[in-house]
Amino acid sequence: MPDERVDRPRSSSGPGRILVAVYAVFAIAATGRASLQIAEYFHRAPLAYLLSAVAALVYIVATVALARGDRTSVRVATVSCSIELAGVLLVGIASYVDRAAFPDQTVWSHFGSGYGYVPLVLPVVGLLWLRSVRRSSPDVVR
Amino acid sequence: MQAMAYARTVLLPVTVTVLACAAVLAVASGAVTARNRRAGTGLLVVAALTELAVVAQLVVGISQLASGDHDVSAALFVAYLVGLVVVVPLAVLWALGEPTRWGPGVLTVAALVVLVLVARLHQLWTGTGA
Repeated sequence: MPDERVDRPRSSSGPGRILVAVYAVFAIAATGRASLQIAEYFHRAPLAYLLSAVAALVYIVATVALARGDRTSVRVATVSCSIELAGVLLVGIASYVDRAAFPDQTVWSHFGSGYGYVPLVLPVVGLLWLRSVRRSSPDVVR
Repeated sequence: MQAMAYARTVLLPVTVTVLACAAVLAVASGAVTARNRRAGTGLLVVAALTELAVVAQLVVGISQLASGDHDVSAALFVAYLVGLVVVVPLAVLWALGEPTRWGPGVLTVAALVVLVLVARLHQLWTGTGA
């Protein structure tokens, strides 16, 4: 972004620093879990494990986008946080409704209860943070 | 059993040390964030001590795995041990790039991650909730 005069990406400074750190933890945790599930016992619960992989991918994209913080990245981060929120809500509901499809845990099943419900809170905090980032750094030069 | 005795004399002290260091790091860095200060030398010393304890845990954990007859998924166990070693240095690098109260906040997150990972490690070791 040629018109950006800020020294550091706004979305990864201040409180955003912590947000990126938490996202990174979930990116690694979800990637690790999904890799293990798919490599070791994929046949046990294919749907749940594929969703684990999707979750991992979304966390990775969100982490990188939040850390970069240029205008495109903020947009990418907003999209991935939205997908993440939709994912945790849909998988959360599905895991209660259709228990047979989720015989094993994923990051998002039961609204992320296995991870202290952080997966449910994280996208909401992320979207709120991105909104404040967009508001405080408009596209004009400061 | 010999393995049990070893666990009590070596594994437990190491685990307790890691937990204590991580708890001190969590409280100290949380306090610095709450008081709106930047990360100082004191916090870095606590972080370094935590890292030392975690490295010791890695060594003890792997030697335990190699010698014991535990029914533990070796790859998963080692992944957790190695993950624990990586967390604090990465957090320190990320924290030092932030010259506000949120730098130490990153260390709080890292300390909490260490506590959670050690708890999971213990679950894996004892075969509960794995």
